[in-house]
Amino acid sequence: MLSKKIAIIDYKMGNLHSVFNAFQYLKIPVEFTHEKEKILNCAGIVLPGVGAFGDAMKNLQYLGLVDLIKQEISSKKPYLGICLGLQLLFEQSEECRGKRGLNIFKGKVVRFRSKGIKVPHIGWNQLCLKKKSELFKGIQQGSYFYFVHSYYVAPEDKNIIATTTEYGEEFVSSISLDRVFGVQFHPEKSQDKGMEMIKNFARICLNTRRSVPAKL
Amino acid sequence: MLAKRLIPCLDIDKGRVVKGTKFLQIRDAGDPVENAVLYDKDRADELVFLDITASHEKRDIMINVVRKIAKKIFIPFTVGGGLRNIQDITNILRAGADKVSINTQAVIAPELIKESSRKFGSQCVVVAVDAKRKNGQWEVYIHGGRTPTGMDVVAWIKKCERLGAGEILLTSMDQDGTKSGYDTELLKAVSTTVNIPVIASGGAGKLEHFYEAIVKGGADAILAASLFHFREFTIPQVKQYLKKRDIEIRL
Repeated sequence: MLSKKIAIIDYKMGNLHSVFNAFQYLKIPVEFTHEKEKILNCAGIVLPGVGAFGDAMKNLQYLGLVDLIKQEISSKKPYLGICLGLQLLFEQSEECRGKRGLNIFKGKVVRFRSKGIKVPHIGWNQLCLKKKSELFKGIQQGSYFYFVHSYYVAPEDKNIIATTTEYGEEFVSSISLDRVFGVQFHPEKSQDKGMEMIKNFARICLNTRRSVPAKL
Repeated sequence: MLAKRLIPCLDIDKGRVVKGTKFLQIRDAGDPVENAVLYDKDRADELVFLDITASHEKRDIMINVVRKIAKKIFIPFTVGGGLRNIQDITNILRAGADKVSINTQAVIAPELIKESSRKFGSQCVVVAVDAKRKNGQWEVYIHGGRTPTGMDVVAWIKKCERLGAGEILLTSMDQDGTKSGYDTELLKAVSTTVNIPVIASGGAGKLEHFYEAIVKGGADAILAASLFHFREFTIPQVKQYLKKRDIEIRL
């Protein structure tokens, strides 16, 4: 059986420690690592990250984690992508043309283009819940979460959209499909609501731990 | 809708909280981590810590303070004061700060804005600007408001944006400590020129001052120090007031 720990992938991007701190604060056992064996043995994966799409993919490739993350997602291990960790699930980004993402979902990552808004989108904004998702259990319609980004995902399959947010236009602020979750905002910086969401993810990991075969 | 942010600011000297305003004399003390936790409980949207420690050797104390704060509060926080180079910035961000604020050094060596935003992203880089009125315009001051630079505030902030600054923390030296309101003209001059968020600072004394900074000045966020520090107003009080006046705010 898999360990109770959740792997937070350490791939030298910004903001990783805040995510680690939040899990620690909630006393959720985590492994902050880029070692394959450790990741394989964990009950869930968190891919955080602030920075550029191209750099993030380059770092994942350098660490040899691209195929591993794809395999883990297809074997139904719970995955939570935060900010870049959401964007990387898609085919490509306008931020870095020519660089492929993890390609789990069809669609691309696009930049805010509406007139009269400031980019990056920084601050607390509201979620419009679009479908039922375990990750959003206990989170009310219109709850505020902390955002800081210039790009957002445009999925081809609208059924994966979990929440949208209004900023000059209505954009996709999170997606979910089975046990794959991706959020554009930062639960680790969104106070009580964010902590609630992290606890929800930890619960999803624990609940599915038994059904995912250990590979070691 | 994106909410306006309410940001308490704490001045830190050798690891302790001191005074309330930037250009007035120092008084009081407290533990920064305890203060941060209290503001977090009050639902501040963000926090700013300015390290005013004069001696360079004692600056490492701040790194430890940042590390402790990062483990206790889960809202974004900015750390500024005396950051001179990319290494100083790296250390503060690695310790857990979400953003750094640079002021004097940005003026002396503007390439630091470029270098740090390229390395960590614009969202990490706040340029703090101390502005003083002069002949119907505003002049940039550095060294904690002691040294005039001869530079025009609006032109300088435009340059900061071009170099990659993610936000501007704009303090009116004329208003700071007066409690007679933010300099809404200054705010407006800046917020209508640049396309990055502007944080208003200096002059809050009444509830309507916060409202004016947003509505008349076009500020994206409002910062206050002494007012919150000495509990003349609490964060929930200001937020309730703004909400009542139809400002988008997170309660």
